[in-house]
Amino acid sequence: MKRILAILVEDRPGVLTRVSGLFSRRGYNIQNIAVGRTVEPGVSRMTVTLDAERVTVEQIVKQLNKLVNVLKVSDLTDEPSVGRELMLLKVKAEPEKRSGIQQMVSTFRAKIIDVSPDSMIVEVTGDETKLQAFMLVMQEFGIKELAATGNIALLRGTRTTRETKG
Amino acid sequence: MKMNGAQMVLACLEAEGVEVVFGYPGGAVLTLYDEIYKKGLPHILTRHEQGAAHAADGYARASGKTGVVIATSGPGATNLVTGLATAYMDSIPLVAITGQVSRPAIGTDAFQEADITGITLPITKHNYLLTELRELPRIFKEAFHIAGTGRKGPVLIDLPKDLQAEVGDFLYPKRAEMATYRPTYEGHSGQINKAAAAISKAKKPLLYSGGGVISSGAHAELLEFSRCTRIPVTTTLTGLGSIPYNYEYYLGMPGMHGTFAANHALNAADLIIAVGARFDDRVTSKLDSFAVGAQVIHIDIDPAEIGKNVAAAIPIVGDVKMVLQELIKVIRPGDTEAWCEQVKTWKKERPIRFTQSADTPLKPQYVISELYRLAGGDIIVTTDVGQHQMWAAQYYALEKPRTFISSGGLGTMGFGFPAAIGAQMAFPGRTVICISGDGSFQMNIQELATASCHKLPVKVAIINNQYLGMVRQWQEFFYGGRYSQTCLAGSPDFVKLAEAYGVLGLRARTAAEVQAVIETALRTPGPVVMDFHVDPQENVLPMVAPNTPIVEMIGGDAL
Repeated sequence: MKRILAILVEDRPGVLTRVSGLFSRRGYNIQNIAVGRTVEPGVSRMTVTLDAERVTVEQIVKQLNKLVNVLKVSDLTDEPSVGRELMLLKVKAEPEKRSGIQQMVSTFRAKIIDVSPDSMIVEVTGDETKLQAFMLVMQEFGIKELAATGNIALLRGTRTTRETKG
Repeated sequence: MKMNGAQMVLACLEAEGVEVVFGYPGGAVLTLYDEIYKKGLPHILTRHEQGAAHAADGYARASGKTGVVIATSGPGATNLVTGLATAYMDSIPLVAITGQVSRPAIGTDAFQEADITGITLPITKHNYLLTELRELPRIFKEAFHIAGTGRKGPVLIDLPKDLQAEVGDFLYPKRAEMATYRPTYEGHSGQINKAAAAISKAKKPLLYSGGGVISSGAHAELLEFSRCTRIPVTTTLTGLGSIPYNYEYYLGMPGMHGTFAANHALNAADLIIAVGARFDDRVTSKLDSFAVGAQVIHIDIDPAEIGKNVAAAIPIVGDVKMVLQELIKVIRPGDTEAWCEQVKTWKKERPIRFTQSADTPLKPQYVISELYRLAGGDIIVTTDVGQHQMWAAQYYALEKPRTFISSGGLGTMGFGFPAAIGAQMAFPGRTVICISGDGSFQMNIQELATASCHKLPVKVAIINNQYLGMVRQWQEFFYGGRYSQTCLAGSPDFVKLAEAYGVLGLRARTAAEVQAVIETALRTPGPVVMDFHVDPQENVLPMVAPNTPIVEMIGGDAL
């Protein structure tokens, strides 16, 4: 099943390689990975989405914890959490198609951020199912190019990832 | 205090109590070697960087201290790879220092440049590329701390050439202040009580112990625990020596070439107490038929080992010595009498065995037995990898920890001889015998020069069967006897070769000649090479075919 791991790491050169290398050499497949800053200076947050059984994830978490630069690993899958992904889509948009696109963009609460004579760039955020649905709709118009950030997630409520056990 | 990077390295090594380093110089470590020259730091110059890595490893395994190896950039560093992987698999503390091209040249494919931190990422516990001189003291402190604590392992520090010459302030930190690295030593008391209760109730308990017992120095506790609970013990290859070979409840090694008693005890046990062992595939063979009737208590310092291969009903994360000490305090022995009788019967009726008569070819097992008879159980044995390694594990009756030095996890041919050099450096006065094969010995044979130069009294016993014996055995059993590329005929005359290095060479072709050869070798100061021409067709038995249950032993019935 799909599982989401939040990993807090020291912001040092090569740390991303250490983490992603561990996944690949132990045979775990990452669906997507997002890396960015946190509120703490010198600490980065990685959000990894992968398809794995619970026992496999337990083993992954233990192996990740052994990496010297890893501060905290938390499996958010079974916790109440919110997850979002940002996607940019360059969609074919001949003048006669534009109103149709605009309608879908507003339905999905997406945003048009660039317009050219025969294409548009649309920005959309949401969870995986919403983005899938939006992609499906945009395919009707023709997607020329797509870029996505991968999923990022936080726990609901006041509790932070640092405060989870494990 | 002001000093350059190279001087700082020497100061760090001194602060860590490093008594000897193993290495090989080159362009990117010239400044460092200049300081080694000036300071007179004891340094063993091997003839290949791989030899230096294995020697540092052998030193660490024999002494329990962290081994230090130095190599230059590029090929020097990549030649360490096999040695680092060997140490990583067996959790041996090493610090490897490699030269790197100067900082401005990094990433430009400069002469002798290799991304050694990238290359060694999966085979080191941690590694560092030093880019700022001011970080040098902290990084060395951390490196030694990481290598020698928790589940031990190799750490590499890559040191750019220009940084070795740069001058700065030096202050060595007293402690490694690390936000992220905190191994768990004390076992959870609730888990320990749970384990004690399960042990008291068990009718057929078995201690299955590994290299972790040696690493944490828990051999005395393990023996005491076994004695006071009357629970039999089997030890893995890397755990050999942690329990005296002749202890009444010791069953020998389990697994692929394990004893009948050890494998049947694992199979029949109702409780397995795993102590610093990791249920390696060479032990468990077919996992889903391994010890199906047993509950597992798993004690290990590495939480990731628990539940990795075999599910543990009672996991205890901690230093095995500390956990065993706590367990001994609370344990109430159960009733294991019938089980002990059963296990002893297996041991008595199905021992490992060989036959040597005057008119049969020289048997390799006989050579090992004679080595033991003449050199005794209180020496250091190193091995290479293959048939001779298994025979050494089966027949050399060691009594103490840190005396059986062998590449277990990685199975590195060429390990034994340089490791013996390292072990000899740790204990100059002790007898060190390297049991090798004609294949393995040739993988690091150049170290004869090292042993010769330093007059290290390492005794090499080549179990010479003219084959890559273990591979040949698999070809005989599983590949229809098609001996593809395993015949080593055409190997050099090892006696003459030894002599070329200024080392005494001796040979035995028959059982009758063995004793005199060993006695001469043991009597001779300095290194000796003994070339034993043994029966090329001999197989290591018993044997469990890969991925079959461990009680289906080829040659198990005949024994």
